[in-house]
Amino acid sequence: MTQSIWRMPRWFHQMGSPKWFYGFGGSLQPWFALAAFVLLTWGIVWGLAFAPADYQQGNSFRIMYVHVPAAILSQSVFLGMAVAGAVGLIWKMKVAFMVARSCIAIGATFTVIALLTGAIWGKPTWGAYWVWDARLTSTLVLLFLYAGVMALNQAIAERQIAGKATAILAIVGTINIPIIKYSVEWWNTLHQSSSFTLTAKPSMPADMYLPLLLTVLGSYCLFVLVVLMRTRTQILQTQSGTSWLMQHRDITGV
Amino acid sequence: MYFESLGALWDMAGHGPYVWSSYGLFFALLCLNVWHARSQKLKALKQAKAFVRRNQ
Repeated sequence: MTQSIWRMPRWFHQMGSPKWFYGFGGSLQPWFALAAFVLLTWGIVWGLAFAPADYQQGNSFRIMYVHVPAAILSQSVFLGMAVAGAVGLIWKMKVAFMVARSCIAIGATFTVIALLTGAIWGKPTWGAYWVWDARLTSTLVLLFLYAGVMALNQAIAERQIAGKATAILAIVGTINIPIIKYSVEWWNTLHQSSSFTLTAKPSMPADMYLPLLLTVLGSYCLFVLVVLMRTRTQILQTQSGTSWLMQHRDITGV
Repeated sequence: MYFESLGALWDMAGHGPYVWSSYGLFFALLCLNVWHARSQKLKALKQAKAFVRRNQ
């Protein structure tokens, strides 16, 4: 019984193979690049030039189309990094540690974008670039967590140990994610509640809501693209002596 | 288009500097990330090819 619970499907084990991941990731990359480009361009042009202005905030609300995807991704990427780290720890998959490592820079970038665009949006809306509000402060803590994970990962030369240490810090750090999510409900904050939920009908008209959906989906595609690129780079760096890589068309050019 | 002219789109009724700088940051930082990932990949490919040449 115990064995059947822990027996994983074939594709799961395949994902743990650097050779399989390198090949499959390479075939997915152009599709994610195309999807990210189309979705982001479509969503941003629609949001900037065609969506109606907000009746309260005027045109400054258009910052939402870059701020909200960055904020959603900053948290999703951290969760993804922790899940990849946990998979690496439990099933001893080197590729999972590589995926977790690939999440750090892009996750930190989304957090910086969320904080900076939020600060810019705050000025015309609240009259201040920064307030020590629960949502803003917990997002700043998220950026510090990314910085900690990055520093820890780079401080340890042995990749396997670095992967384990990073995974543990990422798993512990996920405690901050529900704090960010529920900060607007648990405390009195200036920050508005979610503009976007999967369970409830949107409070905005479709002309305002759909561009946001496009930029969120485009940002997810861009994240997957960058993770695939960075993970494949790590595979190239660590597998250079293996026969499969020496015979791969990326190396032989044939 | 929601705006009457390109000038109105640029100005956004006074909110232009806030909106355009946010979009500029979003694009600049994400492009930097993709560019860095790509340059690291090309560097690793070059090293792997050099490794193969040395061991042939």
